[in-house]
Amino acid sequence: MRVIVPSPLHSYTGGRSECEASGATLDALLADMDRQHPGLRFRIVDEQQRIRVHIRIYVNRKPATELAQPLAASDEVLIVAALSGG
Amino acid sequence: MTSASAITLLVGTTKGGFTYTSDAARVAWRADGPYLLGSKVNEMAVDARPPGTWLMAAKPGHLGPTVFRREAASASWVEAARPPAFPKVEGEGGRSVAHVFCFAPGNADQPGLWWAGTSPVGLFRSTDHGATWEGVAGFNDGLYPRIKDAVMEVPEGSILHSIQVDPRDGAHLYVALSTGGVFESSDHGATWSPLNAGIAAPFLPEPDAPYGHDPHALALHPRMPDRVYQQNHCGIYRLDRPGTRWTRIGESMPRDVGDIGFGIALHPRDPDTLWVMPMDGTDVWPRTSVGGRPAVYRSSDGGASWQRQDKGLPAAAWFTVKRQALCADSSDPVGVYFGTGSGEIWMSADAGASWRQIAAHLPPVLSVDVVSAPCA
Repeated sequence: MRVIVPSPLHSYTGGRSECEASGATLDALLADMDRQHPGLRFRIVDEQQRIRVHIRIYVNRKPATELAQPLAASDEVLIVAALSGG
Repeated sequence: MTSASAITLLVGTTKGGFTYTSDAARVAWRADGPYLLGSKVNEMAVDARPPGTWLMAAKPGHLGPTVFRREAASASWVEAARPPAFPKVEGEGGRSVAHVFCFAPGNADQPGLWWAGTSPVGLFRSTDHGATWEGVAGFNDGLYPRIKDAVMEVPEGSILHSIQVDPRDGAHLYVALSTGGVFESSDHGATWSPLNAGIAAPFLPEPDAPYGHDPHALALHPRMPDRVYQQNHCGIYRLDRPGTRWTRIGESMPRDVGDIGFGIALHPRDPDTLWVMPMDGTDVWPRTSVGGRPAVYRSSDGGASWQRQDKGLPAAAWFTVKRQALCADSSDPVGVYFGTGSGEIWMSADAGASWRQIAAHLPPVLSVDVVSAPCA
């Protein structure tokens, strides 16, 4: 599925703002992203499997707050880096 | 005899890392960087042991904390394959590293070994030059659960900010936590004992509590490792091992200046000489130069007396100098350096007798470390 990646993660994606990845859940999708772009997942999900405080993830423009959220191949996932202050 | 040589300063700021490399006279300085622009860099370190790996603790605003590495011959920073992280805990209560705060190398006979302290309080170890990190179970799972009620959140979170390795015995460690106190291990970090007797802690319900104190920086003298100094929330202290009771050497500071501060720098050869930079710790703790008149204070007698050193510093300035932003090199005469919250780097090439600014307009400076060789 299509994953839109914010600029703070472009160092992992070779500068690309859009990637293709797959997974039946958001967790599996991020695992696939991490296989393709090692290190990316830990920057947006902490060791307690919590989405980091300044990261927002949307599936088909709706907020996704749980890594267990199911995904379909046709979904679009948007990762946003926001609200980190000055 | 004078034996100055080129050195490199490693400068961590809220917006990236920088280096400043001097000529042999420490007169001309070349700036390099920023490295990881936009990331908060709490500390940079260069390994004096081969192959001279660089480490940088970095956290940009949005993303999680990590460690970047750079080989001595390379210009590229590569992320650690496994940065410091606490174990996953099922249910509530699991901790997450907010930022990596400090590094300390192992001894010369421990190639590849690094220690790292984090916020929230945690101790991590790498045995492969910083490529992968693992928690030190004896600290994170052994000591920490026993003392966690005494570990308070300082403004940027609880931190393990000082790691000192006994140069005679790499298994012998001291760490300092804000808050929490100083702890010692003689078995590579497997078990720990508090080492806080004699330290004032009026904020604790029990004045003689074994831990819960608030060290701001801890320094072990490399030539006399039984001499330990501490800049604490409640003064400047010295401990001579095997003694276990600290002496408040800050009592001899001028009363109108006090002995509150954050960093502490030791002379590389003389265990009786050290530098501190007093900060205003009155009322609401402004953490600025006392009275708006910046000064470094040097003692050359182990803290029995102190000399004000402000020649060349501004007559009026409200510097904030953080705990990792005061250091000394190993030249003769010793160079002393500090960085400010207003993005300035100041240096003295004559052991503090006179000062000059070597950098300005940087982001707020978090740390200044010195490498006694040009290595940018």
